[in-house]
Amino acid sequence: MLEVRNLSMRFGGLLAVDQVSLDVQEREIVSIIGPNGAGKTTVFNCMSGFYRPTGGTILFEGREIQGKPDFRISRLGLVRTFQHVRLFSKMTVVENLLVAQHRHLNTNLIAGLLRTPSYRQREQQALDRAAYWLDRVGLLDMANREAGNLAYGQQRRLEIARCMVTEPKLLMLDEPAAGLNPAETRDLNQLIIGLKEDYNVSVVLIEHDMSLVMEISDRINVINQGRPLASGTPDEVRQNDDVIKAYLGEA
Amino acid sequence: MQDVLYFLQQLINGLTIGSAYALIAIGYTMVYGIIGMINFAHGEIYMIGAYTALITITGLASLGVAWLPLVLLVALICAMLVSSSMGWAVERVAYRPVRGRHRLIPLISAIGMSIFLQNYVHLAQGSRNIGFPALIEGGFQFGAADSFQTSISYMQITIFITTLICMTVLSLFISRSRIGRACRAVSQDLGMANLLGIDTNRIISATFVIGAALAAVAGLLLGMYYGSIDPLFGFIAGLKAFTAAVLGGIGSIPGAMLGGLILGVSESMTSGYLSGEYKDVVSFGLLILILLFKPTGLLGKPEVEKI
Amino acid sequence: MATHSLKHALFCAVVTLIIAYPILGLDLEARGTSVVLAGADTATVVSVLAAALVVFVFQLFRHRILGSLGTMPSLNPFANREPMPQDKRQRLETIALVVLVVAALIWPFFVSRGAVDLATLVLIYIMLALGLNVVVGLAGLLDLGYVAFYAVGAYTFALLHQYFGVSFWVALPVGAGLAATFGLLLGFPVLRLRGDYLAIVTLGFGEIIRILLNNMTWLTGGPNGIGGIPDPTVFGMEFGRRVKEEGNVSFHEIFDVAYSGSHKIIVLYLIALVLALFTALVIRRFTKMPVGRSWEALREDEIAARSLGLSRTAVKLSAFTIGAFFAGFAGTVFASKQGFISPESFVFLESAIILAIVVLGGMGSQLGVILAAVAVIILPELAREFSEYRMLIFGAAMVLMMVWRPQGLLPMRRIHIEINKQE
Repeated sequence: MLEVRNLSMRFGGLLAVDQVSLDVQEREIVSIIGPNGAGKTTVFNCMSGFYRPTGGTILFEGREIQGKPDFRISRLGLVRTFQHVRLFSKMTVVENLLVAQHRHLNTNLIAGLLRTPSYRQREQQALDRAAYWLDRVGLLDMANREAGNLAYGQQRRLEIARCMVTEPKLLMLDEPAAGLNPAETRDLNQLIIGLKEDYNVSVVLIEHDMSLVMEISDRINVINQGRPLASGTPDEVRQNDDVIKAYLGEA
Repeated sequence: MQDVLYFLQQLINGLTIGSAYALIAIGYTMVYGIIGMINFAHGEIYMIGAYTALITITGLASLGVAWLPLVLLVALICAMLVSSSMGWAVERVAYRPVRGRHRLIPLISAIGMSIFLQNYVHLAQGSRNIGFPALIEGGFQFGAADSFQTSISYMQITIFITTLICMTVLSLFISRSRIGRACRAVSQDLGMANLLGIDTNRIISATFVIGAALAAVAGLLLGMYYGSIDPLFGFIAGLKAFTAAVLGGIGSIPGAMLGGLILGVSESMTSGYLSGEYKDVVSFGLLILILLFKPTGLLGKPEVEKI
Repeated sequence: MATHSLKHALFCAVVTLIIAYPILGLDLEARGTSVVLAGADTATVVSVLAAALVVFVFQLFRHRILGSLGTMPSLNPFANREPMPQDKRQRLETIALVVLVVAALIWPFFVSRGAVDLATLVLIYIMLALGLNVVVGLAGLLDLGYVAFYAVGAYTFALLHQYFGVSFWVALPVGAGLAATFGLLLGFPVLRLRGDYLAIVTLGFGEIIRILLNNMTWLTGGPNGIGGIPDPTVFGMEFGRRVKEEGNVSFHEIFDVAYSGSHKIIVLYLIALVLALFTALVIRRFTKMPVGRSWEALREDEIAARSLGLSRTAVKLSAFTIGAFFAGFAGTVFASKQGFISPESFVFLESAIILAIVVLGGMGSQLGVILAAVAVIILPELAREFSEYRMLIFGAAMVLMMVWRPQGLLPMRRIHIEINKQE
């Protein structure tokens, strides 16, 4: 479904990502791990169109998407979250979910001003979908709170719900467990597996929490200093000498 | 031959104005480099410098002091003192409390400050423009006496040389002194500099003070050059200087110099060959084009969007 | 600590003296060709000294003063009140609105012409501020050249009338449409710019428009402006003493009432009222629509908005264009009210006033912006002796608002959306 081939990204003299390749199949959870500064988020930024990669190709469902504008990539069904939660914090929780459904809505200005039946129907559908996902992530009671006032863990879940209302095919999560307590991390675990099982979404995950990664990933890619170090199933990666060396430091 | 002389005249005029723009532009570029905001009230600081200089010169004249170097020196010191106090106070009152908030908030605060200062001087000194004595007169003439003559006035030479001195001193200060090093550290990473024990508030204040002092120098020079001042005198000059800073690459001091000179020359060429009415159109047009095609300016560093 | 704060307080007091005394205490006066210095009157000098003293005392006891301010009861008695239930509040708001509109309709028949004329001006500013509120308050784009679109609307009407004899009602949509087109054309290249660069570029654009209007004398009359702009007609009726346009009839002859100069002022007021209401309602509807939500999303977090498939350019452009549209709207009404326009009405200060209204009212808040427009335009008229301080107070108010209450006097309230649990 997603094929990243020899992706490179250079900032001035710094080669942040060097020849990284990545494959994601339908209904698969793939993790990218590596030490801080390894270039994981840069890979995400290239995949989601925020950066124009300086080399390599990214194929999504057979189409080359590298260098396309971010909003077009997201409309293809490739949606991401951010390392630091990025919500529309002055807007309410439900408004956050409505904004995300922009492209499912009737955006014709005249139709909206006149509130035509088709406009109202689409608007209601969007509300229903928002309500469904709020329920799914346990935020239904918070629907009219300002998103910025939610607790941290709730914000994380809202961010995922906000991606899901766009009905993505591939979800990219950038350190979703960062800052969560163990109980919240377990819930997140369940949520991510649920997304795959119930909604046929593939997931690419950047994560530092090894227990989470090992538990839910189908495959893992390890990156070190911008270069691919290893890839394989959790067991293979766990036993890889290079990975152990990179993580424990060179002896 | 005449055409060449005419062109040279425009070039000289342009370089003169341009170097004064560069002096004002320093204030914009340093403040932007350090806290990433446009100090919209900087043009007013410059205007206040010009007013203070005129007040000092008039005061000295009424006291009977006539020795030119002394008059200029005292006027310069007074203008720098008042302007830099103003710069310090403006930062303290209007910018420090809103630092770190959403980008628009300091900018609106700065616009409010600019309106406030304009009207402060307007109310105190009246809205009419006031004659500024041209203390430095005379100059060199080139070309045959019966046709077009290119002239360089001593005033123009003074402006150019003063700017060069200021720029050199500033560059040395930034690269050699302790405060200068701290300035560079703060502009790299404010939070980190803070952690390392640099008093960032002090450094930011210092930036405003330095920028304001240079603007006061420009106020004295351009006041004498133009021959009159009024409370709106800072607004357009401020915009021009900001344009110069952006043109050269905001945050870069050599950029401010380069940008000022380019802007000054393109303005005087517009006045000389097209019409004086359109020189502002040309400089704003230039600003828009630069921002569209090279938003980091000629000497600016490229920015990477942080995600 | 005590010596430190004493030193600091002394420093602050000296700075106050330095920045206040030369400018306030020494007046430059032009005598013939020369300039002389005159000391200001004693009152000024005393107040400068008093200001320095106040600064000194405040800085000395800064912590204690700020501390006691913190314990003071909140200025807003409603601050801790439970929010009203949604349906009750909405009903109250509707009633209040209806009462207000009815009052606004009846009111002009009982007051002086001057008051009605001023009210028309307020309504024009309300339209402008509501339009700018879309750009600045909702979309978070700082537009400092907003007055340019106002000018486009006004000049469109003036020129169309001068050259083609076009009437108000035709010029209204054309002027607004043209202003919107200008917004679109300017917005397309510049909206990629970062916030503060955008502010400067729009400022430059506003100045360019003004300079062009000033210098294209063959078309716009330059600084002399364009006069003879007609009042609006209603169903072909004119409200002047004599009918000016062929085919129109005069209001006082048709209804056989005595001619009164206040008729046309009241009619203009009512037209402005209807247009201002139209503006408010349309923009209010926008805020509840996908387009309005995407403006706010982009203001809140551009990167997140882009990651969800919102096109930055399209969203910003829509806000910019719609804002420009209503400025053009207001410009047409303004041209008609004044009967004469010149570039002097469209200076940067005008943009700053409109921005101040939006900021004071509360960015994004329609009601706040309307109240602020009323206050900002009417207060200086009430206190005429202070009117020269108007801009000084504006500037100070903008700074103080940003420092203490950046959300404005009447912050924007979120719309409550009822949702039902889905199965």
